[in-house]
Amino acid sequence: MSVHTAGELAGATVYLGQAEVLSSLDVAFRAGEFVALLGPNGSGKSTLVRSLLGVIPVASGRVRLFGAPLDKFRGWGRIGYVPQRFGAVSGVPATVEEVVLSGRVSVAKRLRGYGSADRRAAARALQEVDLSDLGLRRVSHLSGGQQQRVLIARALVNEPDLLVLDEPLSNLDLDHQRDFAKTLEQMVRSGATVILVAHALGAVEKLVDRAVVLEQGRIVHDGPPSAEHQHDHAHHVPLQEPLGGTGADQHRIH
Amino acid sequence: MEIFELEFMRRALLAALLVGVAAPSIGVFLVQRRLALLGDGIGHVAFMGVAAGLFLGTSPVVTGIVAASLAGAVLEVLREKGRLAGDVALALIFYGGIAGGALLTFLSDKPNSVLGYLFGSVLTVTGQDLWILGVAGTVVLLSVTVLRKELFAACYDDEVARACGLPVRRLNFFMALAAALTVGVTMRVVGVLLVSAMLVLPVAIVQQLAGSFRATVRASLAVGGILSVGGVAAAFYLDTSPGATIVLLAIGVFALTALAARQRTGGLAGG
Repeated sequence: MSVHTAGELAGATVYLGQAEVLSSLDVAFRAGEFVALLGPNGSGKSTLVRSLLGVIPVASGRVRLFGAPLDKFRGWGRIGYVPQRFGAVSGVPATVEEVVLSGRVSVAKRLRGYGSADRRAAARALQEVDLSDLGLRRVSHLSGGQQQRVLIARALVNEPDLLVLDEPLSNLDLDHQRDFAKTLEQMVRSGATVILVAHALGAVEKLVDRAVVLEQGRIVHDGPPSAEHQHDHAHHVPLQEPLGGTGADQHRIH
Repeated sequence: MEIFELEFMRRALLAALLVGVAAPSIGVFLVQRRLALLGDGIGHVAFMGVAAGLFLGTSPVVTGIVAASLAGAVLEVLREKGRLAGDVALALIFYGGIAGGALLTFLSDKPNSVLGYLFGSVLTVTGQDLWILGVAGTVVLLSVTVLRKELFAACYDDEVARACGLPVRRLNFFMALAAALTVGVTMRVVGVLLVSAMLVLPVAIVQQLAGSFRATVRASLAVGGILSVGGVAAAFYLDTSPGATIVLLAIGVFALTALAARQRTGGLAGG
């Protein structure tokens, strides 16, 4: 079974500081699946994906990526990740292309600069998010929505088999949400797994084939997105919007 | 030219060039991580190392580098635990370093020579110092160049860098140690109290006008080298303190580029 999962947590408990954010959580993401992670603020959605990718450690339990335990996993080029916050619009200038290229660090040749294959991959990813003309612009000079698309391009640059998106839609206008939905649809069709953390599903709603709903670090719903979930997330503005129905009748774990 | 005929000036200019180019190469990553003052914390402890060297009668540059490296490692551990911002721990390290250094200086038999490390004394650089500067500067420059894409990824977005499989913790330690090594040799030129200026000011000058990270790195090294050598030369003709002259020159250039950047963006603060 584990051979066929793109990622899984088993009995994962995670602390942030003193607080237990995930409580002995079990979840597996199958290849080719489009999973929406839903739940109110502070329910542990971001923590779940961050521990899945090894960004934060689990206190106990097991984490696997493509069947390999996290500490043995070497196929980082198969992962694409859009974190929730913008990494760093630091004082030091960086171009759009430089930021997208930094996503190639997992696959590029060690101990040297990026090569022409890396640049072609970056150009293709920028085309995917409709930013081909802005490659040489400073990231800090772009609008919030454009910056969000730069981060998406960085996550797409290796054509990942597992794409993890933490609230990627909140800054995108509807047109770019639709474009992004098309990109995701193609990826899933070619066998990639998508994990989307969201408050509002917007244009990608129809792509979701499984909803995992968290509440206080536990899974309270795992299955097809029910009508009430879809309704809840389709029409609300993201952020600060707690989830209404929790699907408590569909408890699967715990 | 008179300045090149004097042995000590030739050594001073070479030392200034080495430090001027090496310091911003690691400084650019510190600025990117908003750790611009890390060099200061390291410098205060390095001062105690220098004083220990004078007290023990060994090379103060070597003991200074050792103390700086220990400080770099401790500060990195504190940063990782999220205790570096406005924490008492940082004050303890800063002032413990200065006080310990002052005490050891007082106990040593040549307390006056410590002034050269507080404010720099590039004119008294020895042949041995120059070798240490050369080796340390080359090590920093080479390792930063070799690791540039890993360092950029880790500094720009450490969360995604981890999800790319990068050893972010080890890279952070590397940066702290490279900064320590740089501080250790830079204090010979501008002194402990001004050491951070050499790491940060060239980057601060360049980033107002540069369009990319690559250009920022290259121009910072050039600007650092020019300011450092120019400052020493100016100090020679004006008969001023070289360390202070370098730093004031850099601040002057910073003010001019800030004005230029302001004009270019039509009065808006550049991002």
